[in-house]
Amino acid sequence: MALTSSSRPKLWKFARVQFDDARQRSVLQYPEGAVLLNDTAAEILALCDGERTIEEIAATLNQRYDADVLADVLADVQTYLSELADRELVRDEMPSSPVG
Amino acid sequence: MDRRPTTLLAELTHRCPLHCPYCSNPVDLARSQSELSTEDWKRVFTQSRELGALQLGLSGGEPLIRRDLEELVAHAHTLGFYQTLVTSAVGLTRDRAARIKDAGLEHVQISFQDSEKEIAEKIAGTRSWDAKHQAAAWIKELDFAFSVNVVLHRANLDHLAEIIDMAGALGADRIELANTQYYGWAVLSRESLMPTRDQIVRSEAIVDRAVEKYRGKMQIIYVLPDYYSEFPKPCQGGWGNFYLVVAPDGRVMPCHAASQITTLSFDNARDHSIRHIWEESSAFKAYRGDDWMQEPCRSCPRKHVDFGGCRCQAFALTGDATRTDPVCTLTSDRAIIDAMLDGTPPPITYAYREMGRIPATAMAGATAPSIDRE
Repeated sequence: MALTSSSRPKLWKFARVQFDDARQRSVLQYPEGAVLLNDTAAEILALCDGERTIEEIAATLNQRYDADVLADVLADVQTYLSELADRELVRDEMPSSPVG
Repeated sequence: MDRRPTTLLAELTHRCPLHCPYCSNPVDLARSQSELSTEDWKRVFTQSRELGALQLGLSGGEPLIRRDLEELVAHAHTLGFYQTLVTSAVGLTRDRAARIKDAGLEHVQISFQDSEKEIAEKIAGTRSWDAKHQAAAWIKELDFAFSVNVVLHRANLDHLAEIIDMAGALGADRIELANTQYYGWAVLSRESLMPTRDQIVRSEAIVDRAVEKYRGKMQIIYVLPDYYSEFPKPCQGGWGNFYLVVAPDGRVMPCHAASQITTLSFDNARDHSIRHIWEESSAFKAYRGDDWMQEPCRSCPRKHVDFGGCRCQAFALTGDATRTDPVCTLTSDRAIIDAMLDGTPPPITYAYREMGRIPATAMAGATAPSIDRE
């Protein structure tokens, strides 16, 4: 499922991010699987609250890091979250649909 | 040290209300007196988590038989494990499910045997259909992540589409369709469990259609039986790389079937720390890396893709755990697999799993069966 810049991504309700002391890394945990996250990925997922759009997430990161080109950040965020959406770990919360 | 376990499979007990002939537990099932205590298990969880294990599978046998299950779940939850209860669900009450949920367990995987009650209970060797379907409703109601697990074999593969639809109707988030692997009890009934080539070919098409049908609703995980593959499975992502299994009696193993490799000895969590066993025990070091490999693995470009396949299967079929997994078409041992596939399927007769009963045939079957090589 490809996400667009106006998608409002949210982690699947049975997936969660935690910090792993053993590896000193954030990790995305879900049924029968775990993915080690780099710092950027962890920051992106922390912003995926089902309210912010991908565009807003990219803008927040862009501001935080004073990145050069917003379009690049947007493309990276969209690509990364679309990959997780393909694996159904991230879902698009449509603004008009009932919460569920 | 970079090598850290990601998954701890805790086989809390070998006791089980079901008698499924496809069970991968060893035929000499651990009796309840030999099981680790509550404090032992808590220590194992703490030490495994410190070492880096992230996922905890609470399995068996039937883990619900352990009265301290809620206490163990609560402890593992404080450590940060993502926990899966691997259960038959027989004996589960709504109250108990709620307590397990409150203790912090996130994911429940219930085994089902078939889409038809009569066949399902014949496979399980006991009445279990009603209990499982009732339990599945509670698991949904209590908002656990919910997986259906079905072990596939000759008697249920023709119902694959119906089995997937049953899981969909139960509201499963995932369904794991696992073709029988021939370890432990399953070895004894291999000829009755082995699917026909025809069944395998049809199953792939059925799964492809179901994946489309359930996209976004239910994940379908289907593992092709390795006997039908050209190359072996990358078993456990390599021996001693990611996986820790603790048997009911405390033996720590790199895989749940490893105890059948009788040339290995396993250290016990009663005697050593998990870190010590992971890093230093002879069993974990035995097939790590590639120094142990023989040809054709040793010079094979795929040796870091599939790690030579399954050590347990190599041992079971050739008597030597350092040989290439006989599934691999690059080894002459492949003839062993082909001979099994070419046989005419006999009428189905199961050796039902039972505590304290070691069938005479188990002795030969558990190690190297005599199979004529071409």
